[in-house]
Amino acid sequence: MSRGVAITGMGIISSIGTTVEENFNALIHGKPGITAIENIATVHKNDIKVGEIKRSNEELAHELGLPVDNNFSRTALLGAIAAKQAVKNAGILDINEYATGLISATSVGGMDMTEKFFYDYLETDENHRYISSHDAGDTTHKIAGELGLKGMVTTISTACSSAANAIMLGARLIRAGKLDRVIVGGTDALSKFTINGFKTLMILSDTYNTPFDNNRKGLNLGEAAAFLVLESDEVVKKQNKKVLAYLSGYGNANDAYHQTASSENGDGAFLAMEKAFKISGLQPEDVDYINAHGTATPNNDLSEGRALIRAFGVNVPDFSSTKPFTGHTLAAAAAIEAVYSVLALQNGIVYPNLNFTTPMEEFDIVPQTVLKEKEINHVLSNSFGFGGNCSTLLFSKS
Amino acid sequence: MKRTYINGTGCVSAQKTMNTAFLEEIIINENDNILELTLPDYKDFIAPAAGRRMAKGVKNGIVASARAMKEAGVENLDAIITGTGMGCSVDSEKFLKALLDNKEEFLTPTSFIQSTHNTVGGQIALGLQCKAYNFTYVNGAVSFESSLIDAKMQIDEGEAATVLVGGVEESADATMNLLQLSGAIKSKSEMPFSILGSETNGAVFSEGAMFFVLEDKKTATTYAELIDVSIYNVLEKDELETKLELFLKHNNFSIQDIDAVILGYNGDTEFDGYYNILSQGVFKEATQVYYKHLSGEFNTASAFGLWVASHIVKLQEVPSVLQVNGITSKHYKNILLYNQYRGQDHSFTLISQC
Repeated sequence: MSRGVAITGMGIISSIGTTVEENFNALIHGKPGITAIENIATVHKNDIKVGEIKRSNEELAHELGLPVDNNFSRTALLGAIAAKQAVKNAGILDINEYATGLISATSVGGMDMTEKFFYDYLETDENHRYISSHDAGDTTHKIAGELGLKGMVTTISTACSSAANAIMLGARLIRAGKLDRVIVGGTDALSKFTINGFKTLMILSDTYNTPFDNNRKGLNLGEAAAFLVLESDEVVKKQNKKVLAYLSGYGNANDAYHQTASSENGDGAFLAMEKAFKISGLQPEDVDYINAHGTATPNNDLSEGRALIRAFGVNVPDFSSTKPFTGHTLAAAAAIEAVYSVLALQNGIVYPNLNFTTPMEEFDIVPQTVLKEKEINHVLSNSFGFGGNCSTLLFSKS
Repeated sequence: MKRTYINGTGCVSAQKTMNTAFLEEIIINENDNILELTLPDYKDFIAPAAGRRMAKGVKNGIVASARAMKEAGVENLDAIITGTGMGCSVDSEKFLKALLDNKEEFLTPTSFIQSTHNTVGGQIALGLQCKAYNFTYVNGAVSFESSLIDAKMQIDEGEAATVLVGGVEESADATMNLLQLSGAIKSKSEMPFSILGSETNGAVFSEGAMFFVLEDKKTATTYAELIDVSIYNVLEKDELETKLELFLKHNNFSIQDIDAVILGYNGDTEFDGYYNILSQGVFKEATQVYYKHLSGEFNTASAFGLWVASHIVKLQEVPSVLQVNGITSKHYKNILLYNQYRGQDHSFTLISQC
């Protein structure tokens, strides 16, 4: 791959901001979005902290101009807002002018509505319109509808690596000449389902998450959506488009170790990084910043840290996890971190890994803990999910 | 560009489709609105102790994929790609009900762990100790076709030589109940159900697991060549023929080259009109095939359609139970599949004898 696939637009909504600018400002000023939960009535509200977007579904629907009786899940609402921003940012006026696709990612889908109305559906038909909003694909259809996009629309769900895989597929479709333009990313809303699921796995922190810290206690869940616009070189040239950055490499591998836990030596993570390097033609020493998966669970950070050492040797470049800012946004995580990676390239910034105090005893690599300014030409971003799914993306300066 | 061949298939469905000749023993069930799966002999493929912990979708996926790999004679895979519209519904429901019924207390993680959409693909990889590329597509009725597109693109580009690709769906009680409330599943009171003579909305549902081994070379077990797959989120009825012609033209085919068309008729009078456009239009004189009266409807039922298509090409016959218009051909070289669900997620899949 030469330079890679051009990124020409970005959109994001997360607990640290409802625009790209707001997200960037929060990152550089060290302002995290982790708080007590407000929008969901859960018995765990005093035991957990989350990266929650402090806007109600009604407010989000209003922003989109939807009728009151719409049947958008929160996941679809967040996704539509971020995708519309991305399309606007890319200066696209006619969405169907070129062969355009939408590849989204979600793990929650419409579960937020299903868990609300699961028994209510049996009592009254008042909310039956949400029954067809349950499946993951409906979320993507809603986003495509909001964009007015007609064409190749699909959804990937590989747990917490989902959006990385959506971005990867989009790049491959452009490279193979199947599409001229593709909107790629992911969206996930907070739900009781995921809160309780991660709670039973005992990997939710009762305080602020502390990636790569020896005393880390687990993750904070978050909600977010982010989308990127990828365009072929021909479209970029023809329209004289400003390229924000290039997606220069990608790799996916399976850890094949355990349904939920990562292998001790991070086999899958190492293989994903190795594939990404191979595709990009870059060497580990070319990487200036690693946006780590860094969920702050005991298992992930150990496995990922070991994989980083295997991939980079003794000279692991500056790395940090941005999850202390946003929480772990599951299927959207790789998409919001892709936006952060592009911003890191554009602004020459390594984000601080907040809340870190004590190096891990298993190895001697430590994350970057304060904001650092330097020339950044290549960023590596990792995302790993249940089912042993490991993905790496490489972003390069335009 | 390399060519893609279907070299092995495995199918767990409402019909007896394991260890039997192609549709040798068919059951036409017009009295149930949810067709029961014909269970395979799991113990041939999965140790009983391990099987007890697995959801049925995972078990069916393992059985169908093992059958496809055995037939193709492959042990190593360069990619595992799974499509599932609803994901692991049984475990999702189990966890959701437990959390609602117990007010978020006393939960255990097992069903949550297995509720993740990529559980089937992950478990197949784990069983095979396969560290290769592993994707799961979850976009309604094009979940399986998305997987095919991904697989074919990897073979085209020489990134993969052997790919396992499949579609899996589970029928889970509460979900099936909600789909009856919403009208997606036909009401029991409207039986007997027939697809072609249907006068009601909704469809008869079921579940299944269909896996295929795709390779970049023709072998002794090759069924057909996979020429191309294309998906569209929405199509108006008046756009259908134009899109089809563009799709065929892109592959240097014309309508006249198609020996049989396999249509995803599901008996939903509201949306079967899409199929009528082709069956009463450009394919009026062609062999027309339907299959959802055997498989039931589900998001990846079109994978059962591809399983049928593969066998038609290999065996060069269309069993009468599959015929829509009674027209047969001497030769089945090129077969086109068209599917959509409720006017969304349209797909064309083209296979060819080789």
